[in-house]
Amino acid sequence: MNKTLPTIHLLVTLVWMLLAFWMIFLYAPQELTMGEVQRIFYIHAPLAWVAGTAYTIVFLGSVIYLWKHSPLADDLAHASGEVGFIFCSSLLFTGPLWAKPVWGIWWTWDARLTTTLVLWLIYVSYLVLRRFAAGGQTQVLAAAFAIFGFADVPIVYMSIRWFRTQHPSPVMGGGENSGLDPAMLHVFLTNLAAFTVLGILFVWLRYKLQMQEQALESAHAQAALRGVSQ
Amino acid sequence: MNSPLPWGEGVPLPALSPAGAGRVRGFAVTNQNRRARLLTPDSRILNPNSVRSLKIIAAVLAKDLRLEWRNRETLASVCVFGILVVFLFNFAFESGREESLRQLPGLLWVAFAFAGVLCFNRSFALERENACLEGMALAPVDPGLIYLGKMLANLIFLCIAEVVIVFAASLWYNFSFVPSLKWFAPITFLCTLGYVAVGTTFGAVAANLHMREVMLPVLQFPVALPIFIAGIEASTGALKGDPPSSYMSWVKLAAGIAVIFIVLSYLLFEYVLEE
Repeated sequence: MNKTLPTIHLLVTLVWMLLAFWMIFLYAPQELTMGEVQRIFYIHAPLAWVAGTAYTIVFLGSVIYLWKHSPLADDLAHASGEVGFIFCSSLLFTGPLWAKPVWGIWWTWDARLTTTLVLWLIYVSYLVLRRFAAGGQTQVLAAAFAIFGFADVPIVYMSIRWFRTQHPSPVMGGGENSGLDPAMLHVFLTNLAAFTVLGILFVWLRYKLQMQEQALESAHAQAALRGVSQ
Repeated sequence: MNSPLPWGEGVPLPALSPAGAGRVRGFAVTNQNRRARLLTPDSRILNPNSVRSLKIIAAVLAKDLRLEWRNRETLASVCVFGILVVFLFNFAFESGREESLRQLPGLLWVAFAFAGVLCFNRSFALERENACLEGMALAPVDPGLIYLGKMLANLIFLCIAEVVIVFAASLWYNFSFVPSLKWFAPITFLCTLGYVAVGTTFGAVAANLHMREVMLPVLQFPVALPIFIAGIEASTGALKGDPPSSYMSWVKLAAGIAVIFIVLSYLLFEYVLEE
């Protein structure tokens, strides 16, 4: 049971991702003005969704850790932090790939771009903090920092939105002329689900790895103690 | 004997009345004695007995000021560093009067930001010597009050440094701040308050890390970004002599951020000091 469930999850993710990528390149209709470049949207948007969700989990895990002192919440926050960092990095990588042909520039200091960059910086700081904190304080300090960072992101967004914004406004649910072609919507939803499953798989694997690291550490500590007492 | 008490058996236990529970802080903070501390009538700032809270804040503040008065290390290094930033900027952007006027608020805030890093690092580097931080953490008071005391001390130091930096900039850029001082000074003070609020907390966080001198800016600059934006935008308007209504929204934003940062820090400082 310990091995089969992750294996099944891995296989499902693999097949799902393959299907999602097949849909991106062979099923989705070509966009009228942007052409092939637009297909990166099916990867870009789900990445943003997973990065944001992972960050929310970091925040919730940190709050629960400070409140209940449950190591599980802290491990979950740590695992989501690392996975969120990967997805946020990919998000910042796929964005300029799309922006260069469409806007003619790689980067602009627009509200959503800058906020994402700040989010990424906070992810980096969070992971670096976890790496450099001494001993038993790591969890508490990281949790306090994560709460601070999470409260900060909406403020950053608000403060930069007062400059002009260039990022496309939400494509779906944004008024009369918004919305996707049904075929595009299928591709988008399939990819959204695929990336979510991928994110969950990563967090789970990372979490398992942490459990094993901790078990190994405590085994070492026990062995050392036994060595001292003999 | 497996005594749970560090001083062993045979020593009379201190009486733990509900009011006194918060005063005997455990060696490890458990949820139980944290709750006891929260229930102590005079442990939180928002209570009828807030005179005691103010006294605690004043004690921490007075300690930091006295220490600074005796060696003047923080202020000297922060002021010199801030002046150096202004000095270097002069060579980075060699420009006419009009242009330098446009760059001035950004320049000042970069100098303030770096001076602040030095100030916050120093604030808790001092506390690490002789385990003073642990001593403060063990004191039977609400850690949020210690935070407020440290924050006020940092606010005073950074404000003094800012006056020196502004004076240097005024001299070297041939720009008089006097006509716009009525708006420029309160705006800068407000944004400095927000910056110090987050900087003091992160200084305490970084004090527990390896390579803390590097870690402090890495941690705090992304979080303090909105303060810098608001500070630069509002002071640009003030220095240009625009009507206050045109940049009042930035001032309101800065005030909101300052309040959020102070409240968050006040609540979270307990965990930062823990262990």
